[in-house]
Amino acid sequence: MENKVLKVDLSTAREELIEIYPKKVGKKRSKSIVVADPDNIPEIQANVRTIPGIITQRGCTYAGCKGVVLGPTRDIVNITHGPIGCGYYSWLTRRNQTRPGESEENFITYSFSTDMQDSNIVFGGEEKLKQAIREAYELFHPKAIAIFSTCPVGLIGDDVHRVAIQMKEEIGNGINIFGFSCEGYRGVSQSAGHHIANNQLFRHLIGNDDTVKATHKFRINVLGEYNIGGDAFAIDTLFEKCGIQIVATMSGNSTIEQFETAHTADLSLVMCHRSINYVAEMLETSFGIPWMKANFIGADACAKSLRKVGKYFGDAELIARIEAVIAEEMVPVIAAREKAKLKTNGKTAMLFVGGSRAHHYQELFDELGITTVCAGYEFGHRDDYEGRRVIPSIQIDADSRNIEQISVKRDVERYNPRKTEEELKALEAEGLEFNQYDGMMAEMKKGSLVIDDLSHYEMEKLIEKYHPDVFCAGVKEKYCVQKMGIPLKQLHNYDSGGPYAAFEGAVNFYKDIEQIVCCSIWKEMKAPWENEEYVEAVYAAV
Amino acid sequence: MLLRHTTAEEIDRKALTINPAKTCQPIGAMYAAFGIHGCLPHSHGSQGCCAYHRSALTRHFKEPIVASTSSFSEGSSVFGGSANLLQSIETIFSVYDPEVIAVHTTCLSETIGDDLTQIVSKADEDGKIPAGKKVIYCNTPSYVGSHITGYANQVAAMVKFFSTATPKKRNVVNLVAGWMEPSDMGEIKRLASVMEARTLMFPDMTGVLDTPLTGKYEMYPKGGCTTEQLKTTGDSKFTIGLGEYSTNTACIALENKCKVKFEMTDIPIGLKATDRFITALSRHANVPVPESITEERGRLIDLIADNQKYFYGKRVALFGDPDTLIPLCEFLVSMDMRPVYVVSGTPGKPFEERLKTILKDIPEAKFKGGELADMFRMHQWIKQEPVDLLIGNTYGKYIARDEDIPFVRYGFPIADRAGHNFFPKTGYVGATNLAIQILNVLFDHMDRTCAEEKFEFQL
Repeated sequence: MENKVLKVDLSTAREELIEIYPKKVGKKRSKSIVVADPDNIPEIQANVRTIPGIITQRGCTYAGCKGVVLGPTRDIVNITHGPIGCGYYSWLTRRNQTRPGESEENFITYSFSTDMQDSNIVFGGEEKLKQAIREAYELFHPKAIAIFSTCPVGLIGDDVHRVAIQMKEEIGNGINIFGFSCEGYRGVSQSAGHHIANNQLFRHLIGNDDTVKATHKFRINVLGEYNIGGDAFAIDTLFEKCGIQIVATMSGNSTIEQFETAHTADLSLVMCHRSINYVAEMLETSFGIPWMKANFIGADACAKSLRKVGKYFGDAELIARIEAVIAEEMVPVIAAREKAKLKTNGKTAMLFVGGSRAHHYQELFDELGITTVCAGYEFGHRDDYEGRRVIPSIQIDADSRNIEQISVKRDVERYNPRKTEEELKALEAEGLEFNQYDGMMAEMKKGSLVIDDLSHYEMEKLIEKYHPDVFCAGVKEKYCVQKMGIPLKQLHNYDSGGPYAAFEGAVNFYKDIEQIVCCSIWKEMKAPWENEEYVEAVYAAV
Repeated sequence: MLLRHTTAEEIDRKALTINPAKTCQPIGAMYAAFGIHGCLPHSHGSQGCCAYHRSALTRHFKEPIVASTSSFSEGSSVFGGSANLLQSIETIFSVYDPEVIAVHTTCLSETIGDDLTQIVSKADEDGKIPAGKKVIYCNTPSYVGSHITGYANQVAAMVKFFSTATPKKRNVVNLVAGWMEPSDMGEIKRLASVMEARTLMFPDMTGVLDTPLTGKYEMYPKGGCTTEQLKTTGDSKFTIGLGEYSTNTACIALENKCKVKFEMTDIPIGLKATDRFITALSRHANVPVPESITEERGRLIDLIADNQKYFYGKRVALFGDPDTLIPLCEFLVSMDMRPVYVVSGTPGKPFEERLKTILKDIPEAKFKGGELADMFRMHQWIKQEPVDLLIGNTYGKYIARDEDIPFVRYGFPIADRAGHNFFPKTGYVGATNLAIQILNVLFDHMDRTCAEEKFEFQL
């Protein structure tokens, strides 16, 4: 079938998108809008401040730290230190599922806050925070308590890290308490919060327990997978089938124990590069665990990622088992794909979401014969678009400089390179890539449009001009887009669907997209009497 | 168990809020701003506030919730957010072209101490505010009060910036709407129109947050109180405030500024609060109550009488906002139900004072408002002595499932059920909707849990 992307002429899109802006604003925005060319990847402006007044999809550092990275872990009491709102809005709003055993702890259903009042702002909130920690301990006796700073905390100078140390000492009993300086004003988006979360995970949890709890010979970490809609469950099931143990998932359905033993795994797979690459790097530097970029969104991508793991371990039995699993899993996948494709083939999609999903979901759309004509991240960096190769050339601006960079060293006792330099080289020669990510643009069709930090105005314009068959973004965009008569698929929370990861997830996604493009109600937007012919016909009859 | 760590045993908490029954001021200001026609709410703070408020409101209304932000960086937090707001005003008017920008602050800009009066005058002097357009603002520090306080402050700002007294008085009664659904507002306006009372409601979210799907997205839908209408509120002959917590500040401001006298009533939820509202409107608009409204009332009485055995003596736990909880408890009591546990995170005296009176014949009733009046505490009370019914926002579903309690969703946010935008809870019709919802969850629970021999065709 003819590819619809060719019919969408985006050549004038950039000019049209920026013409309304004041001159300076337009100039700045134009650098964040580029035309993809996989053979000659252009430079895109990303991870820079949103212009005040521009309606953005982005959230804050607190959201990236508390909401995204730490939110999915169930056995830490996460106390938000601040006025009530931040703790409230990050309470059960991200669909990160968890499955504790009968007697296990689960605090995900709770929201804990110091509910700072004006007196705390004036006189300081440290005492209230300490008291809140005492009360949390008295009520719940958790293994760990984490403190998340909101905007005013940094301004009034409350030192959450000092409080953490003091309370750890006061409570004793082996409790772990640590803080995050994740005030909302830091950085330019959620991305700063991911980085801050990564740093503290490494400082306070990762590597705390050297016990090797092996159930299988092949042991890996899955990093940057948050179990939205049960994605991590689907990945767990898949790896179990292959005979591979997931030591730690960061952080979907996770527990403290998983973080503490993550350094005992032999390979890290990175799903969401943006939110977790720092931990992946630190695990490599400190403990000698290589990481590979993986993607379990899309059946073909999933098979490819599994084969990479097989190749990495180089075990004939494992490789055979992985091939058997792929063969078995692909049967229902192909059947579902062929069925859905009858309805979806030749359609177009636009994806503006997150820091990896706008890339990963292109695979699933491809499998359905749907072309992604425009895509962009909400909080990605240049490396997420152009590949990690550009990292050395990224200018560190004032906003990024303020985010703590921790440099870890090789752990003297526990550093243990899982593969020798030679082995890694040999594997690279066979096509594996280590500690590398090629970014979104390498896989996008030439001529498609890439826009970072899409504004509300640009979104409206894109839809008005190019009428995609499906638009993917988040809840804030959903109903604006749908008022235009274009279905929106939420890729943060999946519209209560999922899992979409692994083979079973691909099948779910095919069905959901088929449902979206076949939905009848969009044809009924006009009432019969709004149609001129109808009116004439009525008159004629009279 | 979903809330497996909640036990009956209370400790004397002084600092830790668990599962709050309130959220912060700015979201209330954002919600209220949608009650002005052609208005873009603007959050002066970091991006996260705006994103969180938009998401929370969107999940509830399932409608476009569009608002802008000053996108504070670390630099603005040190040097003040003046440049960010000036840039915002310029960008917003050129790109999004609203009639009004309604700025509210956040804990960040309040802690820094940004002076909005000074910044907005500067924007005006610099010619950043086009002729005929308006930038209004209010202070909504998140560390004071709750979302209800923020709503009240935004409504008061409407008076401050628009209401004008001219020599030409109008035979109109202002209805200052407290925090309720657009469907609730629509029902109140319908009652006024049936009574042929000339009224003007503000803020008015009907036609803004309940728009039809037509294939054309309108950033500023048809509804909302226009700035012209808001100006005329100063010439109205009287004001009725609907909900003390969310409208008292505005009513007082209007009386002080334009000498428009007011009467404070409850949001007309349930029988008696609606009786009082209809009486007040009839008196102040000087119109009789038509037969059709008396009939609506009669139908509500009929429904309650028909089903009184199911209401009688049922123990109810409620959480939410004072302006709705007060008339709601009164309604339950009028149906012989027993509101035994009531919490609201919103601080203020009237809540406890009013409940003391309403619940005077229910000695076992416990109620608490303000700091540390949270859902965890209410759940602990339920663990101590169970209830037959739970009423509150979607967060209540976790308690309802764990304790197997019939649950009626009421308040904000409702993120998991449809209908709040269609079926009002105000007026007699709304009270009937509510009573039916209560009955149906009680019946569903009976049918699901009773022994087979007790399972009956007719209830």
